[in-house]
Amino acid sequence: MNNFKFNSYYKIFSLISGLLAIISFLLLIFKGLNFGIDFKGGTLIELRAIDKQINISSLRSSFSNMNLGDVAIKNFGEDHDYLIKFEKKGNKKDLIQNIKKNLDQSIGSGYEIRRVENVGPKVSSELLKGGLIAIAVSLGAMLFYIWIRFEWQFSIGAILALFHDVLITMGIFSLLSLEVNLSIVAAILTIVGYSMNDTVVIFDRVRENLKKHIDLKIFDLTNLSINETLSRTIITSLTTLLALISIFVFGGEILKGFSFAMILGVILGTYSSIFIANPILVHLRVSYKTIVKEDN
Amino acid sequence: MLYFSKIRIITIFVISIIFVLFSLSNLTKFDDNYFSKKINLGLDLQGGSYLLLEIDNSPVVTKELQNKITFLKTYFKDKEINIFNIKINEQNSIIFETDKINIDLINSIFLNKEEPINPYYDKYKSYQFDIENQSNQFKITLSKYGIIELKNASLDQAIEIVRRRVDEVGTNEPNILKRGNDRILVELPGLDDPARIKNLLGKTANLSFRFVSKSNEAELGTDLIEFEDQSESAVYVSKRIILSGENLLDAQPKMDSQTNDTIVTFSLDRVGAKRFGKATISGVGKRLAIVLDGKIISAPVIREAIVSGSGQITGNFTFQSATDLALLLRSGALPAPMNIVEERTVGPGLGKDSIKAGILALIIGFSLVILFMVFKYKIFGFIANTALIFNLFFLIGILTLFEATLTLPGIAGIILTVGMAVDANVLIFERIKEEKNNEKNQLVAFDSGYTKSKSAILDANVTTFIAAIILFFLGSGPIKGFSITLGVGILTTLFSVYFIARLLTSLYVVKNKDKEIKI
Repeated sequence: MNNFKFNSYYKIFSLISGLLAIISFLLLIFKGLNFGIDFKGGTLIELRAIDKQINISSLRSSFSNMNLGDVAIKNFGEDHDYLIKFEKKGNKKDLIQNIKKNLDQSIGSGYEIRRVENVGPKVSSELLKGGLIAIAVSLGAMLFYIWIRFEWQFSIGAILALFHDVLITMGIFSLLSLEVNLSIVAAILTIVGYSMNDTVVIFDRVRENLKKHIDLKIFDLTNLSINETLSRTIITSLTTLLALISIFVFGGEILKGFSFAMILGVILGTYSSIFIANPILVHLRVSYKTIVKEDN
Repeated sequence: MLYFSKIRIITIFVISIIFVLFSLSNLTKFDDNYFSKKINLGLDLQGGSYLLLEIDNSPVVTKELQNKITFLKTYFKDKEINIFNIKINEQNSIIFETDKINIDLINSIFLNKEEPINPYYDKYKSYQFDIENQSNQFKITLSKYGIIELKNASLDQAIEIVRRRVDEVGTNEPNILKRGNDRILVELPGLDDPARIKNLLGKTANLSFRFVSKSNEAELGTDLIEFEDQSESAVYVSKRIILSGENLLDAQPKMDSQTNDTIVTFSLDRVGAKRFGKATISGVGKRLAIVLDGKIISAPVIREAIVSGSGQITGNFTFQSATDLALLLRSGALPAPMNIVEERTVGPGLGKDSIKAGILALIIGFSLVILFMVFKYKIFGFIANTALIFNLFFLIGILTLFEATLTLPGIAGIILTVGMAVDANVLIFERIKEEKNNEKNQLVAFDSGYTKSKSAILDANVTTFIAAIILFFLGSGPIKGFSITLGVGILTTLFSVYFIARLLTSLYVVKNKDKEIKI
């Protein structure tokens, strides 16, 4: 069995995590998130240039003549794939037709429109609301589950670890201005599930050890439990990361944001279940009595 | 935990075979009915259009209020109750006044459940209209449930018309569903350019035949209406409707044999034919405007009475626009205009690329996990990997059995399942390792390894399962596909770990019980 002194780093990592959480919080408030059209409304066109003459600047100049407001154009995955986004509200039934007509005139017909998404302002605000509700409900459900399975001290530890993971993941998305769309909400919910899963396995062992080593202080007991479950923690995180990295690298552009968020979440979730959830148990002075009371 | 009866082994074997067959039925064509099911590909994988339409119900409300006013007038006239100054105000309420002696009477009539004046919905325990009364003034407003009823009725009508229009275009297996009480979801697999459908669904198709006023000046009972093709300046048209789209039996695009113009011919029902005959007899020499959605298509001069019950619409048509107009007229008018509030269209090229990328990522992710497990656990790695392979078959088999829809995020869910599925076996193997340190009898160590890891495995999987369920109920579109594969994946993981991996472990351990088993 491993015998790392995780508990001697509780303080320093708590401090670092707290700092990161505060920075993330400030980023979210002052810089905000780069919402995609799912949550902001607008139009997205994915276009593949077949004609090699077409490039980002020719696209830019032809789109800027179409009176669509602020148009963002960027490369998307392969060299000749472009993603065009603009916020013009409403989906006039001939919007896309007109764009095609204009493009045919300005850059010729050597392109293929591979994807069109248009989300109206009302729908986008509903989707945002739905996403926030889903995240809130999932946090609530986790709290409820852990509350019926464990004692309240454990719930607090697990939920703080969850908040930590979600907050810092979103903070990184804010810092890097990565797009937040529906699939990121799915990623966050999965992170919530994963982070919980990781924490619960260690907590399960803490509870078992509380009964087994009555004389051991919680400070050392958490360390023992972390060490006992460490190889599982690492192996599972590794296999999950292997799966996620192969989605990130090979799964295509559309899944990039999702898999990136998940990779962050898995790393943070693994870290927090050791360095956030367990120190909380120490702070709350969990002992043999904590769990015995419930058995009676 | 390590004992399996013969019957159990056979059952596990049979179930595994069935699911393997189910999943393989996606690749080959079995003639058998039971194995002819296939996973549906989502629009993001096979290409297609997703359109969310929203009905703008304000004209329906206005129409309902106008009808109500007409009804109230005749109703109170029949009862010889005097009401006056009846009108609709800006807040969509009907207001009217009455003589003081009638106030209580009117109030009681409005609250009588049997009276047709204010229908009572037993379903909602509520009236269609809320009534307010201040001295001799009455204000009636559509109640919350009155509006719901109205919206539902208009949605039912609209979805029928949308279905007819989409069917007429003849796309492949369209999916048309209600969403809430004022939205319709239209999914059109395989359609990568929805321009025509959007055009057709965006039209209310309110058709009316009305006489053009002779004087061409603003008069009582006329509207100034523009021409669709701007070929003439706007003219004044009588408000009186000779004929509306409801009277149409059929409409077809045709070539006029004399002029070579594209026209739309139509035939009328009996009522329509009679009215059209009457109007054209008296109207020879007048111009008859054909008005569609507030624009004049054309306004020909009536040369002779048309009593045959059929006629034709000329206009500046191409063959396509004549076909579309005929289609719209055949399928009927929408109760209210509709807007497209969300559109997602994926071309077939991108769909194919997404499938390729998804499968590549699955193969690589799967191989990495398998190699890692063999490297880490040797023979038990093989056992875990066998369970993992069956897990995939179970997962795909269940998706096939329920003919679930697989989306790109759904494929991501499968890959993620592969990564997380080994967790349960890892928990068990690690526990067995620990137990072996304290226990000399390795059979006992294996057994208690399984028993003691149970609660951690349960907790770990329940948490992810909760997340999947919430995502399923609150997520939308392709994300639902992710929650399905993630959720089903957890169930199949538990099955494959506790039946397949455990069976293999038990066979191996029992066979080698006299040797030292390394894990």
